[in-house]
Amino acid sequence: MSGPAHIRTPLARVRGFGSAKSGTQHFWHQRLTAVANIPLTIAAVIILITLLGRNQAATAQILASPAVAIIMLLFIISIVTHMKIGMQVIIEDYVHDESGKLTLLMANTFFCWVVGAISVYALLKLSFGL
Amino acid sequence: MADSRSLERRTPAERPLSPHLQIYKPMLTMMMSIVHRITGAGLYFGTLLVAWWLLAAASPTGYARFQWFASSWIGRLILFGYTWALIHHMLSGIRHLIWDTGRGFGPSEREWLAAANLIGSIAITVLLWFFVLLTMGVG
Repeated sequence: MSGPAHIRTPLARVRGFGSAKSGTQHFWHQRLTAVANIPLTIAAVIILITLLGRNQAATAQILASPAVAIIMLLFIISIVTHMKIGMQVIIEDYVHDESGKLTLLMANTFFCWVVGAISVYALLKLSFGL
Repeated sequence: MADSRSLERRTPAERPLSPHLQIYKPMLTMMMSIVHRITGAGLYFGTLLVAWWLLAAASPTGYARFQWFASSWIGRLILFGYTWALIHHMLSGIRHLIWDTGRGFGPSEREWLAAANLIGSIAITVLLWFFVLLTMGVG
């Protein structure tokens, strides 16, 4: 345990503190949303195909129907969560400069929340006509 | 004490690094791994189109502009690429989920899974776009 602090190994410094308890959360959420994305994406593609060539009024009416709106909301939430974790992994893999990495991780979070918020707002507006 | 301080300032030993991408012969499974990441990054920015589409659908005036973009040749090219990236990333993701169960790592299994992934994504994309052009017209 003891000894001059500067010659202790990183392992020795953390030994005895226990695990961080959240190490596998990203791994698990990435799989969870991956599984959810499969049926949700297939459903979203089918919805999109049925909307091909329709005008705004008809498109808005279909997107506002309860089942379609709920599927699209789940689709947006699941893909946005999935893509946030995925881009975070890419940034952590390739950006080694600490301040650059933190900036990009922030930008990643902001981008995903903005895209998610715009989409959810549009879907709620379609459903409730605010 | 002087000894331990010099230990602290010691520069890390020059150790050999593990070989990186350029040293390996390109293989299908390796390219598919890279493509999985590239399609993921492409889909990331492609969600802007999904957000635009939904926002446009919610406004009586904005939808015509989206439809104009989506039926222009550049719009169709982007949407075609987006479709392939989506299908490819999904099939590739299913491959990853199979691997998560501990299966599909054998020499022949991983090769045919990679091939099926690529052929499947191209086939489904072409099929979907055949349907799109049938509905919307080519012009």
